[in-house]
Amino acid sequence: MIKLNCIPRQVAHVVAAGALAMAGFSGQVAAQEDPIKVGVLHSLSGTMAISETALKETIEMLVEQQNEEGGLLGRELEPVVVDPASDWPRFAEQARQLLEDEEVDVVFGTWTSVSRKSVLPVFEELNGLLFYPVQYEGEESSENVFYLGAAPNQQAIPAVDYLMNEVGVERWALLGTDYVYPRTTNKILEQYLKDAGVADEDIMINYTPFGHSDWQSIVSDVRDFGSQGKKTAVVSTINGDANVPFYTELGNQGVTASDIPVVAFSVGEQELAGIDTEPLVGHLAAWNYFMSVPTQENLEFIQSWHEFKGDTDAVTNDPMEAHYIGFNMWVEAVRRAGTTDVDAVKESIIGVSVPNLTGGYATMMPNHHATKPVMIGEIQPDGQFAVVWETPGEVPGDAWSDYLPESADIIASWRKPLLCGNYNVETGECSGQNYGD
Amino acid sequence: MRINVGYWRFIGMILATLLIGAPALAQQPDADAEFAEQVAALNARSFDEKAAAAQAIADSGHPRASTVLQALIDSRLYFRVSGGDVVLAEPTDGGFALTDPVTGKEAGTATQYEVRRVVINNAIRGQVRDLIARAGLTSADAEVRRDAVRQLLSNPDPAVAEQVATLIKDEPKADIRRDMALVLGLSRLGSGDPAERLRALDALRGSLADRVRNQVRELAANDPDERVRQQAGAMLSNIEDKRQLWGLAEQVFFGLSMGSVLMLAAFGLAITFGVMGVINMAHGELIMIGAYTTYVVQLLMPNHIDYSIMVAIPAAFLVAGAFGVAIERGVIRFLYGRPLETLLATFGLSLILQQLVRTVFSPLNRQVSSPAWMSGSIEVNAAFSLTLNRLYVIAFALLVFFALLAIFKRTTLGLRVRAVSQNRAMARAVGVSSSRIDSLTFGLGAGVAGLAGVALSQLTNVGPNLGQGYIVDSFLVVVFGGVGNLWGTLVGGLSLGVLNKFLEPQTGAVLAKVLVLVFIILFIQKRPQGLFPQRGRAASEG
Repeated sequence: MIKLNCIPRQVAHVVAAGALAMAGFSGQVAAQEDPIKVGVLHSLSGTMAISETALKETIEMLVEQQNEEGGLLGRELEPVVVDPASDWPRFAEQARQLLEDEEVDVVFGTWTSVSRKSVLPVFEELNGLLFYPVQYEGEESSENVFYLGAAPNQQAIPAVDYLMNEVGVERWALLGTDYVYPRTTNKILEQYLKDAGVADEDIMINYTPFGHSDWQSIVSDVRDFGSQGKKTAVVSTINGDANVPFYTELGNQGVTASDIPVVAFSVGEQELAGIDTEPLVGHLAAWNYFMSVPTQENLEFIQSWHEFKGDTDAVTNDPMEAHYIGFNMWVEAVRRAGTTDVDAVKESIIGVSVPNLTGGYATMMPNHHATKPVMIGEIQPDGQFAVVWETPGEVPGDAWSDYLPESADIIASWRKPLLCGNYNVETGECSGQNYGD
Repeated sequence: MRINVGYWRFIGMILATLLIGAPALAQQPDADAEFAEQVAALNARSFDEKAAAAQAIADSGHPRASTVLQALIDSRLYFRVSGGDVVLAEPTDGGFALTDPVTGKEAGTATQYEVRRVVINNAIRGQVRDLIARAGLTSADAEVRRDAVRQLLSNPDPAVAEQVATLIKDEPKADIRRDMALVLGLSRLGSGDPAERLRALDALRGSLADRVRNQVRELAANDPDERVRQQAGAMLSNIEDKRQLWGLAEQVFFGLSMGSVLMLAAFGLAITFGVMGVINMAHGELIMIGAYTTYVVQLLMPNHIDYSIMVAIPAAFLVAGAFGVAIERGVIRFLYGRPLETLLATFGLSLILQQLVRTVFSPLNRQVSSPAWMSGSIEVNAAFSLTLNRLYVIAFALLVFFALLAIFKRTTLGLRVRAVSQNRAMARAVGVSSSRIDSLTFGLGAGVAGLAGVALSQLTNVGPNLGQGYIVDSFLVVVFGGVGNLWGTLVGGLSLGVLNKFLEPQTGAVLAKVLVLVFIILFIQKRPQGLFPQRGRAASEG
């Protein structure tokens, strides 16, 4: 049977949400005031729809749950969903629409770094709040953005540490898609590896275009690179769709995880849902959350996600957890501030701690990044990950990498008196909102 | 895991004796109890303890030891959440069927919330593979022995070499003996006696295996004995030369296989664009429809994945062909002779088809499993192997090509298509219904695009964006090969594939694509008609 995934359920949700809202009016929620508007800026069509649709639904689910608990400050929450259609300029247009026309109080959204960069000026100009849920390359700190995904020191660096110290890897193939996130991450990693004493000839860097599908010669190169007698690993920042043919080719050329493990920063449960994972068993991914983590909070989250989707096979992933944390932080910050006013929330959210889904706490740091645990998972035959290693505690996100010479001296703090996203501790200068493009 | 050599040797000896001579001993009840304890220890907290437990199981010589270890690396070993008993679990509808690992008896069922997998990491997986391989050395099944030696070849240690030295004498199969000799030779390269090392080098002559190359290189650089260094150096350059040659062969194969994908994707376009002159921007989406048809066929016959692709081939042809006829009848028919409007209309259509797929199937990629007979590779030698799925795609592309040739040259339909495309008015004058031929031709082109979709579903993602990645390449191939000529598409596709694969290692994938594009632009400047220009009136009409 063909699964009709979207339409009927969506309709059901709209109806359900409508019914809920009605119930809210007559029930406990004092709805005399206008609802609090929560903007959702995720692509529902185009190339990124594959990843972003689930995030839009996550926010809808969280809003629904919050309303069931009586809303926020006695007011109902109302999601305002737009579809930027994987089109970067349209992200900026729709961000403006959300902030100016809809006058939303907060926005959860964007996925790719380029979409974040394109909405940034809009959020700063109109003083909005953006919660960004995806792991990214760092080297940025904006007063109006909260980065709930992993910075490089919360994902890439610990993963490399694990491979170096626990697996004994000596040669490194850094493979990535050709855009800003892999290039910056690989620059940081290359420097980090060299600082750790890895020789130039033991590092191989390769970039491929978006959606690259013919991996034969690259996999063959990697196999050759890894056959020289030293333990070799692949660090993959390959994005999105290109992963499936890459892993298939690895399997076909007989490269197993025992020979050359691949650690990926962009492959999660969602991406594996479209692959036959049998040949991939043992390859790794580094995230701050895995669906397989057996904590009570996580099981409850998964269960409500399954109920919301009406599908017991629906998977959860790291960016969804980031939205979960970000949403709860924002709710808590609004409660503390007693208002949804952007400036008040920006101030009250720093230092807010909320439980994450893996048994710890996430705290918002002054640099607008959160503390997160780092986990390494191995792919299992059912498309899930088994956690094989984990940092002892939560790691605070570092906006400006310490491993790049140009950003080593730079820190970010949005707490008084500094109030600067780009402060050079050497020269004592705040270079303002310089995003290093 | 660090285990010193003496320990390994000791275990090796125990293993050998136990496996050969002691199955009767293991049947005793207290042996069972001990084994059960070892199996339970697999569910330890730390990976070190788990590794030790796996080692103990291998050493136990219990008749079910290899079953349990195999289940461990196949991820079929679970534990009950309450109690922590380790069980073998096979997934069933809505849960798992459990088996007792010690006795092999059924142990009831469990839901997915009642059992959890025994988690192991890559180090344990590798260790267990080696343990199983060692036990497999003495198996009666030649296939098991072959795999065992192969596995040990990548990770030989002295204890294994000793065992192999005795086994090689009785090994009936020549190819297994050869691999065993490699294992022996490799271990003797480390011998203290230079004469022994020279003999070992002789024994390894002709092998291109990675490990041989690495060890020979090591000897060529650092061996204390002059003669060994010289001979190793000579061998090394020989190995490197041969590997380079095979590397070239590999590149050609990669190129041909990429080319076969390009030409498969382009055949449909060669018909619609080449023969009919319609610029069909929705061509990629017709490929996508073919891939989704493969997915649906697979859903409809979940128990016959291996054969579903055989059903999918005609199904994809018909479904994509039907879409093609509908597109021709509904849209393109009204736009003949207006290329710009056709381009815009079909581009719009492609967006509509993509969104249609997103709404019906969800924006997520769909999983199309490869049949078992299509995965894996044929190993020609240690430096060169042919991946099976690529081989099948090359064969399939050629098959489609010759079928199309036959249709155009040998059937009435083909005759009429050629007649209409060469001189529409004349064809109509002699009684050919040109509009019917138009929709059939377009349907044929669309159907062939659907076939490409079936092949692509085995190589890449089946998702709404599948087609976009191939539309530009398809046009390039058709224009390069010569519009309206199937041979041109064949030669064009293959040569672009090979060109790309030879550029890629030098320039990287991104620049290789750019260079190929620049090459085609320059080529078209020189020869606007492509590789195989069409002759006759149609060409002059443009």
